[in-house]
Amino acid sequence: MIAMRRGAVGLLYAAPALVFVAVFVIYPMLDLIRMSLTNASLLGGGEFIGLKNYVKAAGDATFWGSLAFTARYTLFITPILIGAGFLLALLAVAPPRIARLTRTIVFMPVIIGLGSSSLLWVWLFDEQVGLINKLLQDLGLIAQPMVWFADATLGLWAVIASIVWKVVGYGMILLVAGIQSVGADIYEAAMLDGAGYWQRVVRITLPLTLRTIALTTLVSAIGSMLAFDQFYIMTAGGPKSETFTSVYWIYQNSFIYFKQGYGATLSLLLMAIIFIASTAQLLLMRRGAPT
Amino acid sequence: MNTAPQSSPGAGLASSAPAVREARSQRAAFRRTAATPRLYLFAALCVAIMAVMLFPIVMSLLASLKTSAEASAVPPHYFPSALSFENYVRVFHYQAGLPTYLFNSLAVAFLTIALCLLLAVPAGYGLACFPVPAKEAIFLVLLLSLMAPYQALLTPLHRLFTTLGLANTYLGLAIVHTVLQLPFSVYLMRNSFEAVPKELAEAAVMDGAKSFQALWWIFLPASLPSIVTLTLFAFIASWNEFIAALIFMNRETGFTMPVMLVGVRQGHFGAVDWGAVQAGVIISILPCLLIYLLLQKYYVSGFLNGAIK
Repeated sequence: MIAMRRGAVGLLYAAPALVFVAVFVIYPMLDLIRMSLTNASLLGGGEFIGLKNYVKAAGDATFWGSLAFTARYTLFITPILIGAGFLLALLAVAPPRIARLTRTIVFMPVIIGLGSSSLLWVWLFDEQVGLINKLLQDLGLIAQPMVWFADATLGLWAVIASIVWKVVGYGMILLVAGIQSVGADIYEAAMLDGAGYWQRVVRITLPLTLRTIALTTLVSAIGSMLAFDQFYIMTAGGPKSETFTSVYWIYQNSFIYFKQGYGATLSLLLMAIIFIASTAQLLLMRRGAPT
Repeated sequence: MNTAPQSSPGAGLASSAPAVREARSQRAAFRRTAATPRLYLFAALCVAIMAVMLFPIVMSLLASLKTSAEASAVPPHYFPSALSFENYVRVFHYQAGLPTYLFNSLAVAFLTIALCLLLAVPAGYGLACFPVPAKEAIFLVLLLSLMAPYQALLTPLHRLFTTLGLANTYLGLAIVHTVLQLPFSVYLMRNSFEAVPKELAEAAVMDGAKSFQALWWIFLPASLPSIVTLTLFAFIASWNEFIAALIFMNRETGFTMPVMLVGVRQGHFGAVDWGAVQAGVIISILPCLLIYLLLQKYYVSGFLNGAIK
């Protein structure tokens, strides 16, 4: 009886958040499904048109192109982020004071806005006033200034460079915590056995931080699949719509072309993909302490 | 999920006395074992990495202090030949004026913080301290927006906001930012309240009105660091968020800082005022950098504690 009453009190405390989620997450999710079956537009409309949007999506080369581009971006950037993050973490856990300072500096860009950092980097990569070209010329690596955003592949790598700078510290800090949670006695035992530094890294650090690595990989991959700001600001989807990401193409349809019904269909398809990845993420987190 | 360790999650960064002693002895051991040339090599590597990481921000700062003619010089110079604040003056007078845009960003951020606190603190308390039926299912529902990214919900949210009259309002955008930030906040508060020592909790009889007193006098003070972390994260997420601000605040006077900066860059007649853009970038990253450098402990522990965003 008392337990039941206390349960009800607890439920009461959770109620505001539950109502909020019901109104601003669950209802929009259901509405998304409904909208995807209509020709809703910012200009009116909204008749039920069955699966027409889905048929249209199946044949929408730009949508599949954007999905493939987003996947390519994710496949390129995730290993770089995790690899660099791991190496930086190895460096940042070392005892000298300068290692801790390095950790602080490497993590710094994580907290600034993606919009601000993209505006900063699109300037650095500018073909006329950009310092990247100037630097590469001064180092003798290129003879003429490069036009970074006139080519989809060059543009993609410029974006990747900016995002690696922006978020590599995120993986590093999680992996630093992971490495620190490995007991010192394990390393000492390995050292007594005569294992060298890199042997210890490969045989001990790597396997014992595997779960953190998996978690970081998933979080990074989900973030990359939802990329928008950096491409909106740096490449504007160009040249020739080659650098549209999925979210960008959804934005374009829903809010520039006003085709909300169709935008809803594309959102649902993207959500299905993210759902799989984030379920895996939650399962990993449920297994307990971050190691 | 409930077993996440609560004790000094930022152990490497927050320094307690034993940790400092241990670090000191580790440093001494490192110095003994590492040959001096290797130590120099290590330091050189660290300096190189820091230089690469600092380069963009330092260059942006320097560019923002150039005269506008020098900021658009082709080819560019690394360093300003004379210091000038004219770029900042131009950003200050951009369209409706910088104070308007700063106020918009701050208003949305404070509403986001308020919403996150008002929703996540009671929810975390309810889930942590009461035998709520179907507790884990409720918890998962509250984490739902992790699985349904807000980017995919923007289309129906736009329709909903138009109906509710929330389009182009601070509250509307703050609601979207709360959708984004709520899972982390609830997760953080639940873990934090669960870590409050049982003896403390049992001292307070918890039923009815008294449970609120227990929350106010015992649980909240004991969870102060988590409250700070929640607030910091909500502020930074809202301050930096771009796509929802772009969609929901489409009146020129309602722009938040990131959207206004994109406007500055679009400039007039195709000529980009890069000096003004970099001045704007510096202004918009300044609060983030200050928070990070002053409150690093809370910020990093938030990352480690609830690394779900």
